[in-house]
Amino acid sequence: MLTLLGIAVLVVGFIARINPFLVIAAAALTTGLAGGLDVVAIISLFGKAFNENRYVSVVWLVVAAIGLLEREGLQERARLLMANITYATTGRLLLLYLLLRQIASALGLTSLGGHPQMVRPLIAPMAESAAEVRHGQLPDHTRYMIRAYAAATDNVGLFFGEDIFIAIASILLIKGVLEQNGIFVEPLQLSLWAIPTAIAAALVHGFRLVRFDAKIANSVKQP
Amino acid sequence: MITLEHVYILAGLFFAALSVLSARDTANAKRWGNTAFWTLVAVSFLFGSYLGDFLNGLLVIALIGVGGSNVLGRGAPKTTDTATREHFAKARGNKLFIPALLIPAIALLGGVVLKDVAIAGVPLFQPRQATLISLALGAMAATGLALFWFRAPLLAPLQEARRIMDTVGWAALLPQMLASLGAVFAASGVGVVIGDLMGAVIPAGNQFAAVVAFCVGMAFFTILMGNAFAAFPVMAAAIGLPLIVQGYGGSPVVMGAIGMLAGFCGTLMTPMAANFNVVPAALLQLPDRDGVIKAQIPTALPLLVINIILMYVFVFR
Repeated sequence: MLTLLGIAVLVVGFIARINPFLVIAAAALTTGLAGGLDVVAIISLFGKAFNENRYVSVVWLVVAAIGLLEREGLQERARLLMANITYATTGRLLLLYLLLRQIASALGLTSLGGHPQMVRPLIAPMAESAAEVRHGQLPDHTRYMIRAYAAATDNVGLFFGEDIFIAIASILLIKGVLEQNGIFVEPLQLSLWAIPTAIAAALVHGFRLVRFDAKIANSVKQP
Repeated sequence: MITLEHVYILAGLFFAALSVLSARDTANAKRWGNTAFWTLVAVSFLFGSYLGDFLNGLLVIALIGVGGSNVLGRGAPKTTDTATREHFAKARGNKLFIPALLIPAIALLGGVVLKDVAIAGVPLFQPRQATLISLALGAMAATGLALFWFRAPLLAPLQEARRIMDTVGWAALLPQMLASLGAVFAASGVGVVIGDLMGAVIPAGNQFAAVVAFCVGMAFFTILMGNAFAAFPVMAAAIGLPLIVQGYGGSPVVMGAIGMLAGFCGTLMTPMAANFNVVPAALLQLPDRDGVIKAQIPTALPLLVINIILMYVFVFR
């Protein structure tokens, strides 16, 4: 039971909005000590894991290209594009992006999207611009809400599309866990059973996006 | 052969450049904080493979010290103003999109087509790392094309990168930090304890209760760990396999597939999944760190209920 102290530290730290780096350090120390490790072992364990997980931060290499393109007018171009498509609304645009992101992820094309590559330079500015065409200059709270929905749509599309692809890490993990227990399954069976939830995700999030334009109209009216 | 180590060297040089440019930016009152932070990250990428576990651990402590003490500021890299950008956007038209789309195009080409290519028996990419290597290649190709096409100053990609990274700040390293914390949790046996607890609270003989406990447990444990991958082995061992599959004769395929997706509902609701939820809030300059999570909860909760129903209906057929 003592090993759960680290999780308590983590939850309290996040809720109290203490800097996450400090919370993580405290949680690692608490958990390690409760689990019977000494301080040197905890430092080594954390250092080893940090080093092995460097690939997680490699994605930041793309901001050189994205930043350069922003300097050269990319976000403004994305806005202009939306201003010219009169039937485009924020809700419809995000709905289209949701479906495209889901289908592409289901085909294993998970790299067609992502927050630094797609949402910040293209999707969020387009979504804001579509709302500006209707409502003029947006109040800040509306602008932030549209951005948050753009990021959320990317996540939902990715999470509930990728599992339909047979070679994705999560499918291979399920297969591996079952195999350790003497149950042998084909990845294809697993990916087929991801389809009902994928459809449900498209319906639930899609329904919210269909109503999003009305939500924006309401939000604009509020001070 | 191009390996992940090559990508790390590239990333190390990139972070070192951020550090040097930060040091020279007198407009940023906290520039030495930024310099120290990016220098430490650069050291990790350039030399992490040679430092050994303990020195890497000390490096992380230093990084936590700098990142956790509010000494990072925002620089003022030279960039274009809105009027110039609007002019560029009109003059250049849609060809501005081409370098941006080159990044995923090359990532796909490498990750799908070139991943098994070998030249004279030597594979082009390190096995299983084709996607990451291709992403780095794509980023470089897009930068090169945009530099050449739009005749931007040579330092512009690095200055613009610094502009974005300064808005993200220490949160840029948060996903990697959390992944490392997960390793400490795993080594200390946190998963086993939680699994035992969850397994103990389910009423015996109730199939529906087992399904609810399994799916909610997947979401809950994912919220705590930030990752459904960490939750699945624990919950499968605690409830999924012993109760749903072996106890009530449920399908392991349905249990596994839908259980993982129930976990993904948890991913949508936790700041622990920093790369999906916290980093975009910083990238999009939202004032509320949890803004993206708040936009996702009304999708995640109904979807969790639907997953429970789907599993209950199909797992015992």
